[in-house]
Amino acid sequence: MAESVKAADDSRAPVSQRPKTMAPPSDIRDIGALVTVNIDGQDVKVPMGTTILEAAKKAGIRIPTLCYHEDLCIAGVCRICVVEVDGQRTLQAACAYPVTSPLKVKTHTRKVRQARRHVVDLLLSTHYGECYSCFRNNNCELQALAKECGVDFFRFGHPEQPRYEVDRSSYSVVRDMNKCVLCRRCVRTCIDLQEVGVLEAIGRSANTKVATFLDKPLGEVVCINCGQCINRCPTGALRANDPTDEVWAAIDDPKKHVVIQTAPSPRAAIGECFGQPPGKALTFELNTALKQCGFDRVFDTNFTADLTILEEGTELIIRLKKALVDKDPLVALPQFTSCSPGWVKYIEHFYTELLPHVSSAKSPQQMFGAIIKTYYAKLNKLDPQDIVTVALMPCSAKKFECNRQEMCSSGYKDIDYGLTTRELAQMIKEAGIDLPNMPKSNFDDPFGTATGSGVIFGATGGVMEAALRTVVELVCGIKVEDLFAHADIIPVRGFEGVRYAEIPITKVGPVPDILKPLVKDWNWLKGATLKVGICHGTANAKKVLEDIRAGGKFSECHFIEFMACPGGCLGGGGQPIPTGPAIRAARAKAIYDEDKGYAIRKSHENPDVLKIYKDFLTDGPCGHLSHKLLHTHYTARGKYIV
Amino acid sequence: MISSRRGNFTFNGIAPEAGLKAALQKGRAGVIGELSASGLKGRGGAGFPTGVKWNLAAAAKSDVKYVVCNADEGEPGTFKDRVILSDFAPLVFEGMTIGGWAIGAKKGVLYLRGEYIYLRPHLEKVLAERRKQNLLGTKILGKDGFDFDIGIRMGSGAYVCGEETALIESLEGHRGEPRNRPPFPVDTGFQNKPTIVNNVETLTWAACILSKGAAWFKKIGTDKSAGLKLYSVSGDCTRPGVYEFPLGITVAKLLGEVGGENAKAVQVGGASGRCVPASEFARTLAFEDVPTGGSIIVFGPQRDMLRVARNFMDFFVEESCGQCTPCREGNVKLLEGLELLEEGRCSMRYLRELCALGETMAVASKCGLGQSSPTAFLSIVQHFQDELMGRMHGR
Ligand SMILES: Cc1cc2nc3c(=O)[nH]c(=O)nc-3n(C[C@H](O)[C@H](O)[C@H](O)COP(=O)(O)O)c2cc1C
Ligand code: SF4
Ligand code: SF4
Ligand code: SF4
Ligand code: SF4
Ligand code: FES
Repeated sequence: MAESVKAADDSRAPVSQRPKTMAPPSDIRDIGALVTVNIDGQDVKVPMGTTILEAAKKAGIRIPTLCYHEDLCIAGVCRICVVEVDGQRTLQAACAYPVTSPLKVKTHTRKVRQARRHVVDLLLSTHYGECYSCFRNNNCELQALAKECGVDFFRFGHPEQPRYEVDRSSYSVVRDMNKCVLCRRCVRTCIDLQEVGVLEAIGRSANTKVATFLDKPLGEVVCINCGQCINRCPTGALRANDPTDEVWAAIDDPKKHVVIQTAPSPRAAIGECFGQPPGKALTFELNTALKQCGFDRVFDTNFTADLTILEEGTELIIRLKKALVDKDPLVALPQFTSCSPGWVKYIEHFYTELLPHVSSAKSPQQMFGAIIKTYYAKLNKLDPQDIVTVALMPCSAKKFECNRQEMCSSGYKDIDYGLTTRELAQMIKEAGIDLPNMPKSNFDDPFGTATGSGVIFGATGGVMEAALRTVVELVCGIKVEDLFAHADIIPVRGFEGVRYAEIPITKVGPVPDILKPLVKDWNWLKGATLKVGICHGTANAKKVLEDIRAGGKFSECHFIEFMACPGGCLGGGGQPIPTGPAIRAARAKAIYDEDKGYAIRKSHENPDVLKIYKDFLTDGPCGHLSHKLLHTHYTARGKYIV
Repeated sequence: MISSRRGNFTFNGIAPEAGLKAALQKGRAGVIGELSASGLKGRGGAGFPTGVKWNLAAAAKSDVKYVVCNADEGEPGTFKDRVILSDFAPLVFEGMTIGGWAIGAKKGVLYLRGEYIYLRPHLEKVLAERRKQNLLGTKILGKDGFDFDIGIRMGSGAYVCGEETALIESLEGHRGEPRNRPPFPVDTGFQNKPTIVNNVETLTWAACILSKGAAWFKKIGTDKSAGLKLYSVSGDCTRPGVYEFPLGITVAKLLGEVGGENAKAVQVGGASGRCVPASEFARTLAFEDVPTGGSIIVFGPQRDMLRVARNFMDFFVEESCGQCTPCREGNVKLLEGLELLEEGRCSMRYLRELCALGETMAVASKCGLGQSSPTAFLSIVQHFQDELMGRMHGR
């Protein structure tokens, strides 16, 4: 699966540092030409412009790397990947050297080994930190390189004092620059992959450091909390703000009723923290493990994902009706999804004038919290004050989201603690539980039924697919399966950064009960074409938003799905490290496979969801109570933090 | 600062615009042929054959190309470009214009060292004058389709911005950090367009060569190092200043000319250059022996070579761009090593370790700065071990 999370042409990176392969040769005869590289005596044929590193990979020869990352443009700064190229006075960085003519390369001569050893020695000479108290212990590229290069003492010393204060100002990301090796993967992530541009190298020589604008604390700049920088940091310099201790304390407190919801993406990835290959979902094993950890109830975020579809879908129908029937010129279309908190903060900072387009529906995480502290509390005769809501999320931005002031419409914080996949894996390990080999068990009632639609929220295009499954059925009165085999809406799937699809509404059906308070009939939609857009990664979001500003194709859409993270939630900033296109593709497969396994595949068919509208949210989707509990509002932040 | 011009410069005797007129007459290929035949190599330090560079840029397919004159002159002990810019600016711009003609560029940029801002009004005046004379602008000297103009951009004080790709980054408004090479500026340069970056002196010689002919230039100097070169001479000598000599003269001969006969060592090529001890004064200043961008610093018998080395390392610790590991951290380690030596606390074993580190820096750093920053350290340790060791025991 080819993933184009970023387009090469409008990146801010200098061209020389961008492509992994060189631009197409100017001479037409060179296009597609193969060049032979001889690496350690082995011939490999590669297309012109392939880097030595990629050629070596093809030949099965390992060259260590540090600043290189599959998702990012080339930097060539750490120099750990240097190799000897025949005829060159200096060693060359394999990650940055494009092969354009036959080359002879040696990857482990004395010179190379000495250089690599020195590079690690030098990095360690400024690296303040002890592996045994570091969250990246055993999953750290610096540590692994030291081992690989045979470093067995601090040749050039080791710092005894920290140079920098740890920055804990952000709800989501903790920065400990004492462990930074200046590979600048975070900088390239933030500037080039995400195009947010919070981090940049400042100072020079030994005073170089990665910093924010004016070196302000991260909590005071326009960081969107996506955590993509964490996922790509090779060391423990960046990590998520970890509430594990608080969660344990709540579990240990007998007065507290501790409830955890698990999202589909972490379930598809947590196995990676236990040595499993990517792409093996451990959903039901996890239920058992969580109970053993001491959580009182385990719920499936899918329940509120389905609820989100009904709320957000209804909101869309209201907007469409206002536009098409009432001819209201002020209605904001297309409607934007709101379930990715990184994306929400992005638009709050950078495209404030488009904020009215964002659906007012809370994210599934927050909806769940609100339902638990109201409906669930009442049902179980619990004082909401004694309930602690924990959310297992693939996401670091969720930590910021649950601390938003407006997220407590029930009178209590919707969600008390957001845990990332990595943090929960650590808790499970601490409890001595062998997750992959746990017996399976089900989610708890009363939200025990989930649908496939909720599951696919985790992949880019999933929210759109779920919404379409529901909207098409509710409006057209037909089965989605009649339009798309197995209800798999393939046009909205995939990893293309920006996608667009059209669904013609050829016939309309009767208005279902749940929507009767809002519309009398669907005739006004007959013959219309539903136009939808999907994008993932804020760099792609930016493209779509710019297109809308310019009145382009996407301004004519009705509904657009935005996800802050490349690949959608499955590539979230709280997911296991490392990440890369292949890993994300494997997680996506796990998610779509799980979808196939569900008896119910559509949100509006979820009996537990229908029940809650019958028993609790009695004035229906987008009704009064749901507006109070399940919807929110946004802040035009601009360059300010507020 | 020393900027006395010593002796006569060839540049004085060059008829204005003779080179440009000859270039227009010869045609693009003719210009490049002439330059290649002259054997001119870059005067900025790296010594890359100018004809080859221009030919690559000329062959690159692009509607937009650039000529950049590197006037960032930041190498300690170098001040010959400043003299050229103040005394022979028209010749510099003529060289740039010839370059524009040869590679098919319409725009030239002079990247001027920040500290040279006082030269800017003068340079702007020369440019305005040339525009008036149709030596810049459209249809230069009546040549249909030959449009070329030159703008001046100021550097802001980083030595590394003299490195051609860092210079380009700086021109584009980014942090002045060297790029990965390849691709080279001749195909991916300023704004990702083919660009020739040449030293002030290189461009000036190019104009002379077009005026006086390749054969004249080629005859001077050595086989591999053709022509004349300007030297900035400073330090412990009686006649410091800017000199013109053919390439290939010995260090001893140069010292004789500048009044530095009793020197104990000469730093050739500035902080990033090599320290030549008295025992090697018979060596020649040429690309094939001791190469130089023009900086000659003379050290008299009283100089403390450890102090000298420390001074240079201080410079690099200050000036590394901080991008790559060997240079960012390595220079600090070498400097610390010198401090240990000063205190007599550096073991032989650690000194050897540092020399090995220096070798790594020379081959593994990303750009010329880190690759050459250990040179002074290594050559001083090599040639003045006794002096340094003396310090160790004499504590
Ligand atoms: C750290 C560093 C500093 C440099 N500074 C200068 C400079 O100030 N002036 C210059 O002409 N070349 C300088 N160079 C060399 C340039 O990179 C480049 O080789 C030169 O401008 C090419 O011109 P030439 O071929 O005419 O010499 C520097 C190189 C390095 C690595
Ligand atoms: S960042 Fe890596 S090397 Fe550093 S202390 Fe943590 S585990 Fe060890
Ligand atoms: S969390 Fe996202 S926005 Fe914030 S610094 Fe990291 S990459 Fe940039
Ligand atoms: S914080 Fe991490 S990713 Fe960023 S430069 Fe430092 S080590 Fe690299
Ligand atoms: S060698 Fe030094 S100046 Fe050059 S890129 Fe590396 S750190 Fe920067
Ligand atoms: S991995 Fe190639 S220079 Fe860092």
